[in-house]
Amino acid sequence: MRITQGTFSYLPDLTDEEIALQLGYALGNGWAVSVEFTADPWPRDNYWAMWGLPMFGLADPAGALHEVNECRRAYPDCYIKVSAYDSRHGRQTTALSFLVNRPHRESTANGAG
Amino acid sequence: MNGTRPGFALPRAGTASPGQVPGEGPAPVAAAPELLPADASVDLAAEREVAGVDTVLGALDAELVGLAPVKTRIREIAALLLVDRVRARFGLAADPPSLHMCFTGNPGTGKTTVALRMAELLHRLGYLRRGHVVSVTRDDLVGQYVGHTAPKTKEALKRAMGGVLFIDEAYYLYRAENERDYGAESIEILLQFMENHRDDLVVILAGYTDRMETFFASNPGMSSRIAHHLEFPDYTLDELAAIGSLMLKRQRYRLSPAAAETFREYLARRMAQPRFANARSVRNALERARLRHANRLAASAGPVGLDDLVRLEPADFLASRVFGEPAGAR
Repeated sequence: MRITQGTFSYLPDLTDEEIALQLGYALGNGWAVSVEFTADPWPRDNYWAMWGLPMFGLADPAGALHEVNECRRAYPDCYIKVSAYDSRHGRQTTALSFLVNRPHRESTANGAG
Repeated sequence: MNGTRPGFALPRAGTASPGQVPGEGPAPVAAAPELLPADASVDLAAEREVAGVDTVLGALDAELVGLAPVKTRIREIAALLLVDRVRARFGLAADPPSLHMCFTGNPGTGKTTVALRMAELLHRLGYLRRGHVVSVTRDDLVGQYVGHTAPKTKEALKRAMGGVLFIDEAYYLYRAENERDYGAESIEILLQFMENHRDDLVVILAGYTDRMETFFASNPGMSSRIAHHLEFPDYTLDELAAIGSLMLKRQRYRLSPAAAETFREYLARRMAQPRFANARSVRNALERARLRHANRLAASAGPVGLDDLVRLEPADFLASRVFGEPAGAR
């Protein structure tokens, strides 16, 4: 079954152009973007494996999209999400998080079921 | 829901512009501009006006003295990108040109300044999306232990995407004497990104001429992937004097006629000395002249007017050690 975690998860999967626009929005707000992946998206498990360090100081979404694609190539059959972290004092939390990759065939046995 | 506001009334940052949320109306990328018919004609001057090319080129001419070959090449690049834009409107597809560059020249010839201008120009012409400059040296690219280099280099490259990666003193990247140096790994990643992300970033290598020659001799792949090798010539005496007066003007000083003579004499002597760093030496000389000028005013007990505050006198230059020795001596 199709899991619905994070922002936009009830929409059709985002295209790369749409992902780039979202990343651009996050960077425009000064949020640091990071890429995470997991094979088992249990709903209570917020901590997925990190694909590299969070990317601080990016100016353009191309850099983050590059990492998304690298992660897709390495783990095509994993769930991959992008998180944008707002480090401002008083917020200091994930501001936006959305899926950018799903396994080709989503299992019914995982946490979404 | 009363129909006034669908969903939750979440506080949103005011910067969200329409078209950033997918699924809200047609995708913004879908609206491709209509192609021009084959018999149409385009006013190139108007195109330049729209792109704001002349503002940047004008600023380049006004703020940078000399450097004729560099300015010519920048004009050529600007013209090429402009023509490419117009060609695209007729549907004449061409690969985006490779614009990785190498700036070679002696210290103080304006390599960094030109890199900043170049980024702005490429941004205005639509080649770069942001046009920011990320300036790095070997320290920012090469790691200290196994497995440290690749992430470091990639991070710098990712930060530079959409703009220019300016690698100062690039020859330090490769150390021929140490075959286990991690610099080679960094160069390999650079080459890969330069090839695969050609429309995402422009890499500019900068360094002193002779050392860059050695660097390219040992990295032929790097040399062939750089389309534009720009040589920054040394400044002549007249150009240095012009640079000096530009700097003074910006800092609201001026030279008295006698001091202008002395300043030229100073420059002529300084050029003959070792470790002369072109515009940088001029700036340092003016900084020291300002010190002496301030000291002279502070020492004279009399009243000080506006003119005294902005005017540099020969005495402010004559105290320099350059005048203490016969010309040409160390």
